Amino acid sequence: MGMTISEKILAAHAGVDQVVPGEIINAKLDIVHANDVTGPVAIKEFEKFGVDKVFDKEKITLVPDHFTPNKDIPSAEQSKILKEFAKKMEIKHYWEIGRVGIEHCLLPEQGVVLPGDLIIGADSHTCTYGALGAFATGVGSTDCAAGMATGEAWFRVPESLKFVFHGANFQPWVSGKDLILYIIGKIGVDGARYKAMEFAGDGIRALSMDNRFTICNMAIEAGAKTGIIEPDEITLEYVKARAKREYKIYKSDPDAQYEEIYEFNSAEIPLQVAFPHLPENTKSVDEASGIKIDQVVIGSCTNGRLEDLEVAAKILKGKKIHPEIRCLVFPGTQQILLEAMRNGWIEAMIEAGAVVSTPTCGPCLGGHMGILAKGERALATTNRNFVGRMGHPQSEVYLCNPAVAAASAIRGEIVHPREVVNYG
Amino acid sequence: MAKAWKFGHDIDTDAIIPARYMNRSEPEHLAAHCMEDADASFAKKVQKGDIIVAGKNFGCGSSREHAPIAIKAAGVKAVIAESYARIFYRNALNIGLPILECPEAVQGIEAGDEVEVDLASGKIENKTKGTTFQARPFPPFMQELIKAGGLVPYVKEKMKNA
Repeated sequence: MGMTISEKILAAHAGVDQVVPGEIINAKLDIVHANDVTGPVAIKEFEKFGVDKVFDKEKITLVPDHFTPNKDIPSAEQSKILKEFAKKMEIKHYWEIGRVGIEHCLLPEQGVVLPGDLIIGADSHTCTYGALGAFATGVGSTDCAAGMATGEAWFRVPESLKFVFHGANFQPWVSGKDLILYIIGKIGVDGARYKAMEFAGDGIRALSMDNRFTICNMAIEAGAKTGIIEPDEITLEYVKARAKREYKIYKSDPDAQYEEIYEFNSAEIPLQVAFPHLPENTKSVDEASGIKIDQVVIGSCTNGRLEDLEVAAKILKGKKIHPEIRCLVFPGTQQILLEAMRNGWIEAMIEAGAVVSTPTCGPCLGGHMGILAKGERALATTNRNFVGRMGHPQSEVYLCNPAVAAASAIRGEIVHPREVVNYG
Repeated sequence: MAKAWKFGHDIDTDAIIPARYMNRSEPEHLAAHCMEDADASFAKKVQKGDIIVAGKNFGCGSSREHAPIAIKAAGVKAVIAESYARIFYRNALNIGLPILECPEAVQGIEAGDEVEVDLASGKIENKTKGTTFQARPFPPFMQELIKAGGLVPYVKEKMKNA
């Protein structure tokens, strides 16, 4: 019987020829990841195993990105725990401020996560790496600790859902963000609960890696265990220059079994906006047009990559951000920031009146650097719009892509980019 | 007397423990802000042994283990929900917060009802209304994990035998 790419990766890491959905397996891990919020809890649990070293110091990644640069004394203490553990265990993949980036932008960029890998991360957006053709899933700190100690984890083999996009003729400014919001709007925030979401079709194959990362990043917002895309030439081109170790390409068999196959006509998908307080509350941008906002956030592990900044900068170039709007830009990594700077995009955004930050998760989770007051409303390229997500429990977050965010920052209310600039 | 606290569908981990409190990870600190963005008075009013009853997809969102830790440290004996988000499900079992899946019980329990839960058998009794419900049994592997006392003792045992 044929297997999906997810099943093949799980089977290979469990040392068996075949796995089927529902089966519980024990599998070897290629990467075990944590950040400055989940890492300290994992380290505390790790110490309970009574081992004096991690299973492989080259296969653990520790990224201080959530409350960094440290926002206060308690968060500085958390970061210190992470740093001291990294030093003691001689963890190879630890980055200090100035080199660090937002975890799910940084690890692919640095070639640390690769196609065919089996990855657990103590962060729910670990599923981002599925864009490389890896099986990557979010876990809690205790699972992460066990992974650091043993190099293994148990998995229930998930059923796979396939999402096929027909045609590469997307509407102007439609991006990976719109496709994944559209899907979540259709199936709901638990529509893929416990399952693997596989994205396919010539629509997906036409997308850049940056757009693919955005799609897989938000698989968790439909409750999925992972989001995954079969590697192709675009994937290999991205990986080629970065990989420092061997990797393996897996593809789904033609007779692989899917619990359900959803098919979409790419040309029919309009720009999306998710209304408070769930990512499933999606509407077309035209239906959101005119909603007043106080803050625009461009960045995060969802949309903080180079192409995201490019789209936003090109809309902002030569224009002015609305006088009453705060527009905050969070590049994903130092490398992205540097390249955006060299391309003149940072200059364009600052001249328009935006503020550009060092890479951090910052306001996306209501951490720091852009918290909302009671009654304030943000339009953000981030991934969640739960109650209180970006600050006060009575603030609101709307989700969209970088083009809609940039155009709306100029107008001071949610607007279709065509109202502000010409396409292309 | 175990009192039921009722919540709706899709209660996310930001509602269970807002990130603004996650610059620290001590259980008692997290407990003081448990469920704050769903019910700001919960942490002050909840009594040891009370039960959380919620709709579908409880614990969706972030992977923060701080969420089940906050609930457990707040003194909640068990959570009964129609269904759970997968990372929360794993985390709860890993840290020893009892969770039960039982849509019928969720329908049949109102806020403030006196509820008794037998964790071993999965029997849920609504003493206020005089009704009983049976939670879905855990899959065999999960039962093994629970029997071992959570993931840490389970893995330690496995490492010893390896």
